[in-house]
Amino acid sequence: MATQVDDKIVEFDVRTDEMLVNMGPQHPSTHGVLRLVLRTDGEIVSEVTPHIGYLHRCAEKIGENVTPRQWIPYTDRMDYLAAMNMNLGWAMCVEKLLDHQLSEKAKHLRVIISELGRIASHLVGMGTYGLDLGTFSPFLYAFREREKILDLFEDVCGARLTYSYITPGGCTADLPDGWLENCEQFLQQLEPVISEYHTLLTTNAIFIKRTCGIGLLTPEMALDYGCTGPVLRGSGVDYDLRRDGEERYTEMYDGYAFEVIVQKDGNYPRDHDYPSVPVDAVLGDCWHRFYVRMLEVMQAIDLVRQAMDRYRSAEGDWGIPIKLTQKLPKGEVYLETEAPKGQMGFYLVSDGSPIPWRVRARSSSFSNLSVTHELCRGIPIADVPAVVGSLDVVMGEIDR
Amino acid sequence: MADNLNSLFSASAGHWLGFIITALIHIFLLINVVAVGALLFIWMERKVSGRIQDRLGPTRVGGRFGWLQTLADGLKLITKEDLIPGAADSLLFRMAPYLSFAASFTAFLALPFAAGWVGREINTSVFFILAILGLEVFGVILAGYASGSKWSLFGGMREAAQVVSYEVPLGLCVIIPVMICGTMNLVTIGEMQRGTVNNWLIFHDPFTFFAFWVYFTCAMASVNRAPFDLAEAESELVAGFHTEYSGLRWSIFFMAEYGSMFVVSALAVILFFGGWNGPIPIFAGLAYEAGETAFSWGGYFANLAGCLNFLLKTVIGVTVMMWVRWTLPRLRIDQVITMCWKYCVPISAACFVGVLVWQTLALPTAADLDRITIRENWVLVAFEEPEVNNPADPEVETTVPETNEAESGEAAESASAVESSTTQPVANVAEDGQVAIEAKRQSGGRQ
Repeated sequence: MATQVDDKIVEFDVRTDEMLVNMGPQHPSTHGVLRLVLRTDGEIVSEVTPHIGYLHRCAEKIGENVTPRQWIPYTDRMDYLAAMNMNLGWAMCVEKLLDHQLSEKAKHLRVIISELGRIASHLVGMGTYGLDLGTFSPFLYAFREREKILDLFEDVCGARLTYSYITPGGCTADLPDGWLENCEQFLQQLEPVISEYHTLLTTNAIFIKRTCGIGLLTPEMALDYGCTGPVLRGSGVDYDLRRDGEERYTEMYDGYAFEVIVQKDGNYPRDHDYPSVPVDAVLGDCWHRFYVRMLEVMQAIDLVRQAMDRYRSAEGDWGIPIKLTQKLPKGEVYLETEAPKGQMGFYLVSDGSPIPWRVRARSSSFSNLSVTHELCRGIPIADVPAVVGSLDVVMGEIDR
Repeated sequence: MADNLNSLFSASAGHWLGFIITALIHIFLLINVVAVGALLFIWMERKVSGRIQDRLGPTRVGGRFGWLQTLADGLKLITKEDLIPGAADSLLFRMAPYLSFAASFTAFLALPFAAGWVGREINTSVFFILAILGLEVFGVILAGYASGSKWSLFGGMREAAQVVSYEVPLGLCVIIPVMICGTMNLVTIGEMQRGTVNNWLIFHDPFTFFAFWVYFTCAMASVNRAPFDLAEAESELVAGFHTEYSGLRWSIFFMAEYGSMFVVSALAVILFFGGWNGPIPIFAGLAYEAGETAFSWGGYFANLAGCLNFLLKTVIGVTVMMWVRWTLPRLRIDQVITMCWKYCVPISAACFVGVLVWQTLALPTAADLDRITIRENWVLVAFEEPEVNNPADPEVETTVPETNEAESGEAAESASAVESSTTQPVANVAEDGQVAIEAKRQSGGRQ
């Protein structure tokens, strides 16, 4: 019997059998209810087939039976780790159809909220990635910090997970008194903690051994499969909708000082003191995807700070939501925003009534997950969680 | 202890009956030591991880110091339904945890807790403990095979590969103290490290120092603690070999794990860290002399202090294992095996050769620091007359005039006749300590 591994034909003198193993939907490291069917030869995985649909809730169909503002809670439940960013995507899509212009203040408010959401999402992604690699503590440290973001969000809208805060037309409420000070205090706490995470994970020798050179995603492959977000930038493709997106979205970030986190000429933007890239790391491997996320957290902290400064001095209202039964103009729109896990697109077709005729969501996790079968071919079982974890998928967003 | 019990019961009942009763008492005691010890360690693990991870739960709940939580856990596990999967080989499935546990707790039989405080003093106890601990892997492989689950099978296969590999460097590291002491008897090895901290074998020479770290790494691997917990790697293999186990059977695996953690840590303490001997011999004057069988409160007290000392050092070792577990990510199976064969085995072999050369050339060791060793019984000696210097020791001989030696020898003789019996063991122990050091030098090949 012979097996092809890395262009080499390996001969076995003992007859071995391949084994089909179900990883999930109830498995500690499949991030919810993802099911992977592994075809294994001993510990080596020869084929991985992801099965999805365990969390399907017909969200899109529901969207065709409720008004856009009523659908906001359903977007919360897509990427439930970054619900604010999901709200933002849908709200902007509806605003695009209505051609609704926001005040400066409302835009800065949205930047504050969505960048905090990005930090929260990346913290969870980082923590669970540690969990996938068998270290438990960073996960709890990450959740400790995330709790503080949830506290801030609770002060803003009363909810801790499904916020329904950003709505078409603006937000449901203005920031409460003293919130900006609390937020600044939190950011000051968070900044030094990030270097602890770098010690525990990014620069940890075992972590480097487990992630460098594993799950190599070439830029071409990433583009072919439609990967977006940190997965795409981890492969060295310089693309971020906050800079390269639609006018309506990029004008939110007009005048903000920020660089897209991507390796250019062998270097990442050095606006902070980051640990250097290990020698073993290859562009596009699990380590780089993780690293991009960590760097984006630092950048998001900067963005929140800038946005808070602007918010203080900005003119206008905080964005009064549209009427619940606002009639939508006839037509179709599609808008993508840069959510923490990638580009989240919403598609809306209206026939002139207050209720959309067609609603569709394009999830980044779905495209990101689709590379698993390419990345997991010929690697040991232990690396499957490492690869899937580095893609940082959320099943609620994939299944909708 | 064993002999005392034996004679007690064979005196009152027939020979065989006495033997059986004694055996049952021993088994009861040992199982309780392991089980209660495991409960304590589970409590400790909860506390240590709670502190490390900033979790509120483990640091607040469960009665005073959280002792009730472990008890509640145990109660829950006992009352759980006993599930045996349909695909499992029922007999082997039931047998596996007990096999694992039996191996783990049989090792306690030969483990001395203080000088003479040992279930059964075996002349080859180092070998015995290693061999018995090696059997623990049987239970795990059996569990993996008999569960009828693919994840369990992976866990069992990994365990087999890993433990069999790590026994090699582990054995090599254990042989180093055995070679220095010239015995496999753990009680003797412990006794030979009597005196101050410089007598501990980890400070014997640079190679033993390295050997200890290799030993500790391999010990963690062979008892399946993170970052080497590949057999149960929860993020990859759900729960590895005990995926299908629940309730009491699972808790028996758990106890076996904590039991063997204690054993490997205790072995490290005896082989490298002076066993029950503290860094400074405070109670050395009270201790039993070699070969003394009669009961004395002083000896009992010294042993109790030694036992506590031993437990403290062992618990520190276990705590370090917990600390490592809650800090580091897990290695991959090929990296674990690579580490064993490419790093641990060569390093431990080099240490072995290094110690061999050190011993053959009789290079100086930390134990040669006479100024410290001569104050062996430093608390009680203050009330004593000056000691007789051993004439066989060339270094001390040059500094002490010969007349002094004869006089003090006479004085000691006359004093022993007059003085109370409590002071007598002191002088004896001092001599005994000198003799022990002398014996060590000779085994080091100085003469």
